[in-house]
Amino acid sequence: MRTFPELIVCEHCDSVYRRRALAPGETARCARCAATLYGARRIDVDRRLALTLAAAILFLIANLYPVIRVSLRGLRNEATLWESAAALAQGPMILVAIPFALAVIAVPFAQIVLLAWVLVHARAGRRAPGFAPAMRALAMLRPWSMVEVCLLGILVSVVKLSSFSQVSPGAGLWAMAGLMLLLPLIADRSIRRLWDWTEPAPRLGAKP
Amino acid sequence: MSTGLLAGPRVIACPVCSLVCEDTLGEAEGRAGVRCPRCGAALHRRRPGGVERAFALLLAALILYVPANVLPVMHTSLFGRGGDSTILSGIIDFWRGGSRGIALIIFIASVAVPCTKFLVLGLLLATARRRSRWARRERAGLYRLVEWIGYWSMLDVVVVAVVSAIVKFQALSDVEPRIGILFFGAVVILTMLSAMSFDPRLIWDGK
Repeated sequence: MRTFPELIVCEHCDSVYRRRALAPGETARCARCAATLYGARRIDVDRRLALTLAAAILFLIANLYPVIRVSLRGLRNEATLWESAAALAQGPMILVAIPFALAVIAVPFAQIVLLAWVLVHARAGRRAPGFAPAMRALAMLRPWSMVEVCLLGILVSVVKLSSFSQVSPGAGLWAMAGLMLLLPLIADRSIRRLWDWTEPAPRLGAKP
Repeated sequence: MSTGLLAGPRVIACPVCSLVCEDTLGEAEGRAGVRCPRCGAALHRRRPGGVERAFALLLAALILYVPANVLPVMHTSLFGRGGDSTILSGIIDFWRGGSRGIALIIFIASVAVPCTKFLVLGLLLATARRRSRWARRERAGLYRLVEWIGYWSMLDVVVVAVVSAIVKFQALSDVEPRIGILFFGAVVILTMLSAMSFDPRLIWDGK
């Protein structure tokens, strides 16, 4: 099968374009449907790996420390993400507790681990063992990662509870805020360019 | 972008790695099992399942949206007094309690976003089925909107989870999730799956 690495097809309307280098900050848009084709390379592999490690640390903090603390008439309570998922899992509600736990814990975890794995090898200019399934998984996971929604949900809960008790954010909440900023930066659509950046040399000039 | 459209052999883009490949699917689209030579993902001219699957998922979401709003999502007991609350009653409580900003955020996430998704996906599916050429650029924009607002409705699920986890003060106060939140979570997931099954390229297939 012939391939055309110099071309790009708009995912939203099938228009075909020739790729060209973009200046920093530029974005290529489809002339027909206005969808984004690709953006200028914002962060290189080294920086992306560094940010992925930062995200891994934030992820640990977000999961180990409480995200919210309340006190009511001298009684204190705090909750972590895991306890929130567990509190939801009552009887048939386990069917919504599992997607919740997946979206705020398991999916971000898998994204960070897979990214670190492919990026560590990409730094050396090669494809990691299992590169193809890892990249397919990253593309599949992206829409199901819900850290931002979770953070907003915790903030709404803080306001909700503050009407009858003293509420304060926990360390986990700050870590989630950091994670919310980092994850879209490191696990965005542009990671598919890793396929091009790690292309083995002989195949670069595939027959035109 | 000024490069313009190119003429040449029929090509097809890999949905995973974006490599542009020659279209060798022939007439046997869907069954032939042609895979991307670079990453091994299955190549399709249009997402399999298409309009029918997207429509079925949307209909299921629309049906479940009724119990999601009618049934209570949370049971609160505070100093001995207890009561169930639904999504709408939660919004009204916030509004009356003076937290109008929060009421607005929850209203957008739990009412405006799902209703927008129902309307927009319904419109996109109906026009794609009729192969309509009407307002194609605007419809493409609407699809991107639905993709973007995708999971923001999960907000209420998070709030119920966090509040039920933390309000555990034995006799003083207790919060438990109720079945409505299960239906609501299902609505969000089904509408996301529906948007993912719909292929935006169908918008441009009109004759």
